[in-house]
Amino acid sequence: MTERLFEGADWDFHTLQRITDACEEVALKDLGLDVYPNQIEVITAEQMLDAYSSVGMPLFYKHWSFGKHFAYHEASYRKGLMGLAYEIVINSSPCISYLMEENTATMQTLVIAHAAFGHNHFFKNNYLFKQWTDAEGILDYLDFAKNYVMQCEERYGRIEVERTLDAAHALMSHGIDRYPGKKKLDLREEEKRAGRRRRHEEEVFNDLWRTVPKGASKTRSAISLERRRKLLGLPQENLLYFLEKSAPRLAPWQRELLRIVRHIAQYFYPQSQTKVMNEGTATYVHYRIMTQLHQQGRITDGNFLEFLGSHTNVVFQPEFDDQRFSGFNPYALGFAMMQDIERIVTSPSDEDREWFPDIAGKNDVMGVLRDVWANYRDESFIGQFLSPKLMRHFRMFHLHDDPEERAGIRVDAIHDERGFRRVRRELARQHDVGFIDANIEVVDVDLSGDRRLILHHRVIKGSQLNETDAKRVLQHLADLWTYDVALIEVDSNDKVLREYVVSPRPIPAAA
Amino acid sequence: MAIHIIDRRLNPGGKSLENRQRFLRRAKSLVQGAVKKTSQERDIKDVLEGGEVTIPLDGMHEPRFRREGGTRDMVLPGNKKFIEGDYLQRSGQGSAKDSGPGEGDSEDAFRFVLSRDEFVDLFLDDLELPDLAKRKIAQTESEGIQRAGYTTSGSPANISVSRTVKLALARRIALKRPSKDEIEELEAAIAACTDEDERLVLLAQLEKLKAKTKRIPFIDPLDIRYRRYEKVPRPVAQAVMFCLMDVSGSMSEHMKDLAKRFYMLLYVFLKRRYKHVEIVFIRHTDRAEEVDEQTFFYGPASGGTLVSSALQAMHEIVRERFNPSDWNIYAAQASDGDNSYSDGELTGLLLTEKILPVCQFFAYLEVGEAGGSAFDLSDSSLWTLYDRLRNSGASLSMRKVSERSEIFPVFHDLFQRREAAQEKAAP
Repeated sequence: MTERLFEGADWDFHTLQRITDACEEVALKDLGLDVYPNQIEVITAEQMLDAYSSVGMPLFYKHWSFGKHFAYHEASYRKGLMGLAYEIVINSSPCISYLMEENTATMQTLVIAHAAFGHNHFFKNNYLFKQWTDAEGILDYLDFAKNYVMQCEERYGRIEVERTLDAAHALMSHGIDRYPGKKKLDLREEEKRAGRRRRHEEEVFNDLWRTVPKGASKTRSAISLERRRKLLGLPQENLLYFLEKSAPRLAPWQRELLRIVRHIAQYFYPQSQTKVMNEGTATYVHYRIMTQLHQQGRITDGNFLEFLGSHTNVVFQPEFDDQRFSGFNPYALGFAMMQDIERIVTSPSDEDREWFPDIAGKNDVMGVLRDVWANYRDESFIGQFLSPKLMRHFRMFHLHDDPEERAGIRVDAIHDERGFRRVRRELARQHDVGFIDANIEVVDVDLSGDRRLILHHRVIKGSQLNETDAKRVLQHLADLWTYDVALIEVDSNDKVLREYVVSPRPIPAAA
Repeated sequence: MAIHIIDRRLNPGGKSLENRQRFLRRAKSLVQGAVKKTSQERDIKDVLEGGEVTIPLDGMHEPRFRREGGTRDMVLPGNKKFIEGDYLQRSGQGSAKDSGPGEGDSEDAFRFVLSRDEFVDLFLDDLELPDLAKRKIAQTESEGIQRAGYTTSGSPANISVSRTVKLALARRIALKRPSKDEIEELEAAIAACTDEDERLVLLAQLEKLKAKTKRIPFIDPLDIRYRRYEKVPRPVAQAVMFCLMDVSGSMSEHMKDLAKRFYMLLYVFLKRRYKHVEIVFIRHTDRAEEVDEQTFFYGPASGGTLVSSALQAMHEIVRERFNPSDWNIYAAQASDGDNSYSDGELTGLLLTEKILPVCQFFAYLEVGEAGGSAFDLSDSSLWTLYDRLRNSGASLSMRKVSERSEIFPVFHDLFQRREAAQEKAAP
């Protein structure tokens, strides 16, 4: 007879240790997970709100927008409009999970299983995270970023730094490399590099150079368009990268700030692409671990029922005409798909054999799942593994809303034989960041003329930019570029739909 | 695998305080406007309780490239009756609404909670203590003493034992004064020693050590340090606020309410500037008495009106209890403006001779009935009198108020930060 992990709802730090050990045993032995070392931190509600406002990171540079978010979350939390998350987990090594002190012992077990093993495994093994994030270096890098921003504020003034960061934040969603480069990101190296650059500048500084007469500058007018675009690396969809490298009048520290914001945006890029999978994985893992612990008799029936209550709430999917509906719940969809894969692997129906010949009846549930977790992102995962059975279960249907269509919104496909593939394709597309973010890229710079920066927005399905916001973002962009910026919205036939031109604001007297 | 479990609950809170301050600084004008607006709707008593304010998001907006419109496709759960090819009416039913990108960007107003301190700061931010009436009094400061390091001379009472011993110890170590243990050890060795020659050597050694001990004193006058004190001018950090009010029959509840609101504001304002604020309530009809707050505002009274009685009472209280060199004295008088005709002379004299010279600030608030009639009628007798005094050089501030909503603007007007006032440091 195994010993119970805890009785009732109370816990102390020994309980947490026992719980973690028990979860670890199941996770590593039964599920074969591969995780970063864990670090579990118990925090208060206020600290949780803190973490919310700095995008969940334990340390972050100072900026007013985080204060705004904190004030906003705090107000809605106080009014009871918003509950707090049970946990926050950070993709770092060691993997840090925050637990709220209010949680009961059962909830702590759930959260440890969910975050410290489910998410942790996903972070360590999914190809996107491997490609784009550096779990070892992130905390050090954030620390560096925080100090760097602070030093900049001391040297160049808070207002100046704030202005640069405001602009960088506005462009954050377009500061991402979408295609892997040759080099893997190494944030520790990044930090050293910045230090080296600064030192180098200080070492080679010699005021005499200023007095040396300059020769005639090389004329650039002769350079052809093709050549120019190549030199500048155009077209470039990473706006922050482009500014960092090519904006003519930015100070070195401003470039470094852009770089910091860009790296952080890049760090979060995989998370936005794997919401369904990430939560699905973690939910599946906590479900397996909790069930296992219950079967071993280490959790009482009562506590297990408490767990099931919370679990059911988490994976609840309201229907489209429900007041509570706000899109697909990534927990619900992800968990359902993971369980469905388990079903297909262990006891497939004929339909499953037809749809999933590769995995149907393979019997190695964890082997298949680990492979899925490692090699897919939401879009490809749904496109590949959403089964007809699940579409029937959720009673999915596809709506096509064309403003030109007078009759109304058309139901394009439903969960029937004719519609399965179309529904699945459409749902996959909904989770494709390529379709979610506006496709904006720098196409040309008139270097010999007025240095106007020209951007294109490829309009997909007639969806244009929100005008007020676009103008504001472009204003920030123009301030960084320091010359005019033009944004042209073109449709797939290269027809110009709309054109914005923004001039930089004069820079107030400053060094 | 090692698992670290860390208790972070005891970490200092307020990690995001800095961000919050930045946010408030940035939104200052917006928040200030909101604070003023909120405070008008509130009871004066609650004004300073902090609380929720709403500011427009404009200016605090964080723009992003967002797309909108166009053809939309969506997959939804929970189909009940639709089949392929059906058309749904577009008439704003919730079902077809895309759930926007949450993130709190879409709301046009932004609500959040200010703490009490933040609220008061913003509320009184652009106010300054008034053009101080008597500069010499404003700058009268008492002297205090304050520790200022150590000195080599001083009175025995001020010897700093710890510092002295510390220095002595350092000196003894530096000069290698033999320690007590060393000598005892040697003596023990001598006692145990059997060999005569060696004993002599040891004895000589002991003699040497003892001589050295004598030469190097345990505490030398060099070591002695005294605590040094410096006299520093200390600004007067206490204030007394005199509330004078006419409670004769002609003062209605409304008028008293106006007066009360004004006093509250004044109190809060002084409270923020001074460590210690006392309030003296003096009510008067044809005679004046010092009362407690409850009686002041709510106690029934009737009779004629003699303003000079209140001023006389105030003068006496100042003389008895509040020495002008120790106290900053503020006075605010509220009245409907009635005064018996014969009293004018005396009132004017008392005010200019006795009261104003000791006051930092004297405000007269003439309260009128709701409806603003106070501004249409001819000036009251008290107003005329004070106006004349002011024109002849007496420094007093006077305003008329007849509506609740005017209280704050009037207060604000009286204490607005003026360029001229900048040169004087606030006490």
